[in-house]
Amino acid sequence: MTVVTDLPPRVQLTAPSGRKIHLPTGIFIDNTFSPAAEHGSITTPNPTTGKHLARVSAGTKLDVDRAVIAARKAFETTWGRNSTPGRRSAALLKWAELIENNIQELAELESLDNGKPVWAARDVDIVDSVACLRYYAGLADKIEGRTIEQVEGKKLAFTRSEAIGVCGQIIPWNYPIQMFAWKVAPALAAGNTVVIKPAEQTPLSALRLAELSIEAGFPPGVINVVNGLGSTVGESISSHMDIDKVAFTGSTVTGKRIMTSAASSNLKKVSLELGGKSAVVVFESADLKQAANWASMAILFNQGQDCCAGSRLLVQRSVHDELVAMMVENFEAHKMGDPSDVKTFQGPLVSKAQQEKVLGFIQSGLDQGAKRVTRERRVPEGLEDGYFVSPTIFTECEPGMTIVDEEIFGPVLTVQTFEDEAEAIFKANDTIYGLGAGVFSSDASQCMRVTQAIKAGTVWCNNYMALSNAVPFGGMKQSGFGRELGIEGIKEYTQTKAIHWNYGEQLSWPIDGESS
Amino acid sequence: MPTLNLTFPNGGKSTVNTDLFINNKWVPALDGKTFATINPTTGKEIGQVAEASAKDIDVAVKAARAAYETSWGEKVPGFERGKLLLKLAEIVEANLEELANIESLDNGKAVAIAKAFDASEVAACLRYYAGWADKNQGKTIEVNDTKFTYTRHEPIGVCGQIIPWNFPLLMFAWKIAPALATGNVVVLKTAEQTPLSAYKMCEFIAQAGIPPGVVNVVSGFGPVAGAAIAKHMDIDKVAFTGSTLVGRNIMKNAAETNLKKVTLELGGKSPNIIFKDADLEVAAKWAAFGIMFNMGQCCCAGSRVYVEEEIYDQFMEVLEKVCKSLPKGDPFQASTFLGPQISQLQQDRIMAYIDSGKKDGAKVRIGGSKGSGDGYFVEPTIFTDVNPDSKIAREEIFGPVVVCSKFKDEADLLRIANDSMYGLAAAVFSRDVSRAIGTAHKLNAGTVWVNCYNQLNSQVPFGGYKASGIGRELGEYALTNYTNVKAVHVNLTIPCPL
Repeated sequence: MTVVTDLPPRVQLTAPSGRKIHLPTGIFIDNTFSPAAEHGSITTPNPTTGKHLARVSAGTKLDVDRAVIAARKAFETTWGRNSTPGRRSAALLKWAELIENNIQELAELESLDNGKPVWAARDVDIVDSVACLRYYAGLADKIEGRTIEQVEGKKLAFTRSEAIGVCGQIIPWNYPIQMFAWKVAPALAAGNTVVIKPAEQTPLSALRLAELSIEAGFPPGVINVVNGLGSTVGESISSHMDIDKVAFTGSTVTGKRIMTSAASSNLKKVSLELGGKSAVVVFESADLKQAANWASMAILFNQGQDCCAGSRLLVQRSVHDELVAMMVENFEAHKMGDPSDVKTFQGPLVSKAQQEKVLGFIQSGLDQGAKRVTRERRVPEGLEDGYFVSPTIFTECEPGMTIVDEEIFGPVLTVQTFEDEAEAIFKANDTIYGLGAGVFSSDASQCMRVTQAIKAGTVWCNNYMALSNAVPFGGMKQSGFGRELGIEGIKEYTQTKAIHWNYGEQLSWPIDGESS
Repeated sequence: MPTLNLTFPNGGKSTVNTDLFINNKWVPALDGKTFATINPTTGKEIGQVAEASAKDIDVAVKAARAAYETSWGEKVPGFERGKLLLKLAEIVEANLEELANIESLDNGKAVAIAKAFDASEVAACLRYYAGWADKNQGKTIEVNDTKFTYTRHEPIGVCGQIIPWNFPLLMFAWKIAPALATGNVVVLKTAEQTPLSAYKMCEFIAQAGIPPGVVNVVSGFGPVAGAAIAKHMDIDKVAFTGSTLVGRNIMKNAAETNLKKVTLELGGKSPNIIFKDADLEVAAKWAAFGIMFNMGQCCCAGSRVYVEEEIYDQFMEVLEKVCKSLPKGDPFQASTFLGPQISQLQQDRIMAYIDSGKKDGAKVRIGGSKGSGDGYFVEPTIFTDVNPDSKIAREEIFGPVVVCSKFKDEADLLRIANDSMYGLAAAVFSRDVSRAIGTAHKLNAGTVWVNCYNQLNSQVPFGGYKASGIGRELGEYALTNYTNVKAVHVNLTIPCPL
């Protein structure tokens, strides 16, 4: 982070299409953009070219403090109990509309900052994000409690699902807009206010979303966006004494730190969506071509930078060679290159650091005796400075190898074999993680048994990576706890109050063992 | 394509189609018949609309069934259905004035109320159910590890819906919103007294992009088109709002044909209880609102008022004053609260009840006569000293007529309040809210208001106990009216018993 006292409040970027994109650069609090209190700033490069892209404000604890004050005030006056579900729903719907109206611009911005193909940002990420806002807008007036049988004529007991309050939300760089939507939509629909920290690798699209939120009619202080580093802004959020809940998506190692800070400070509620090392299990009865296609998607989509990427392929020995051959063919077939090209499927990784990390993992695979069966694909001419990593398959992998045990977060697939169903289940579960898994088999009973036996929050049966705003998503084991999406997703942003209302019971005094 | 060009007293203009709306097209009735819709404020004909016969219902059902199997139902994900309902809500909101004008002309209710309440609530109801469209979820149910069991919430299919004339727009929304959200298609018959506003809604339905055949609307008469719907062998469910008398017929017709599912929202004779510790002025205002709103043409009208003895005289004075002060006259005047009753027939019926009340020895405190002018006006009427078994005390009048009694003993009062074949709504007024809650729990009614009246919300269920109906509309509860639950048992390891 660098102190820059005269950081321009707006910046203009030019996308490969020629489109000019204008962005505010400041810290967003109370519907206003301003420089960080201590004038910190960060730069973000264009991962396709390696060149400088933009400099934006980076906050510190002071900015988080100011954001929380604004969020608390809004919660107590214009949002929370003082807003109606209809109001919250209307604002979310308006925001969805505005995002939709600006979808091309946002997609190009996302691609510039993250490296993902423009078409993927637009047709997958942002379309889903808009739908996510709409999904939760439709839930805002459906957060219900219960009335519970008590003694007739004396007492009425009921529950209310109340908003939690000020929620700190820390999001990752792999799906900046989509992770932003997944976080804010249920929180806001339920009446909470938010202080959200985008990833330092991808600070840009959140600023544009924040700008649109003003037009959508959210009162000041309801949404606050503080860019900056995890070690300052992130830590300030997780240890803040007036933030009621922290939601984090990112690495398991950071998740543990956040939970520790939350516990040590005010015991704020915590939900974590962390890493994964998800198994894709292919049985011999599977449609192998389909399994190969889905398994390729599972590890190559978003350049493998997906918490639920299918990074461990477990294939029944009888069909190993056939499947691996298909996978190798697939890994040659898609276009790797310029994300602004509609034909591109694989862009660069998000940063130099990530590229070096993944290359390090690949080297460890080679060093530890795994067999690389893919050839090194050449980066298109002119993009040699981009953070590309060639899609890689390792066979003859064993637990104990770094590439098998640890989350790589890149386009690197490890392959193991199994003999029978029991071994497949054992190997699939042999990980500290439990985020996703895939099962490929044409035997429905087998699918049933295996999907039930695998310890993962999402299990795909004869497909992969397909998510839906209506279906909950989250981890088991060290992949985290809490669920996003679906109706479960909004429950994470409410707390239950039980009310026991006496309307007929008289209490006499004194009380003793006989009278009571 | 026949239309009516309407010019409203407030200067507004509108063109309304008058043919049947089937497959997003306007088609005349097969036998070419039409009937008149009357402006109840003037007693004059507004124009002719198509009169549906059983054959037209057949055509509509065919269109609906085809749409269900190709372009709605499970062919369109809930999320998409929700989007279309949101679009419809948006269009409604952009056209509130026009809708209100048409409603007021055809129904007689005050145009200001038609806009601020009826038409606005249509948009709210559509939005509410749009939000449910992708959230009608089944369950997975743990039995044991030998099988995998789950439920699916599926649409029912082709739903016949028959709506009344008291809140034409609102009843239209209450019916189509949950049905469409859950993936059903509809054949809806409007009331013969008020066919116009629904036809305007049909234009918006097509404009919103809702596929042809999903919503089909016919104007016509109960004994012909309504009966045809209730008896149709390819309608899977019928939903009816109207009188208990007709509701019985609908249920019989459904039973005698294909046992289609039936939900009914029928009449009421709702008791409004005023305890002595009520805020008297406020309670009297609510009581007046409870019976006089919509000229008493509410199924849940608070048509029986019971006042605790100690405050009876004082209360009745305020009630009288408030009822007398309600501005009545031309619904297109901004200040009007009371317009005419819907029709000659209704006016006659109400007057017959009033006469029978007088004959039974009840005292007319105010009103008791027709209003002046060409429209079907009836003066707001308060009866006291009423025989609890008389017709005016027991039967639904559906007009601006309230019977008031005093009570002393609470237990006795509760018995009397519950002593009705109906059970649609009730109200309790007391400053002691805890006590009011206790009383509310003892009233046999589907909606009980505490310290208010006629307050409904799309999120909260509404429907009757006893002969006031079957099933609930509004809230999440309405979804079950339009859902078929399928249980799926997938055997994993159970060997065949043989």
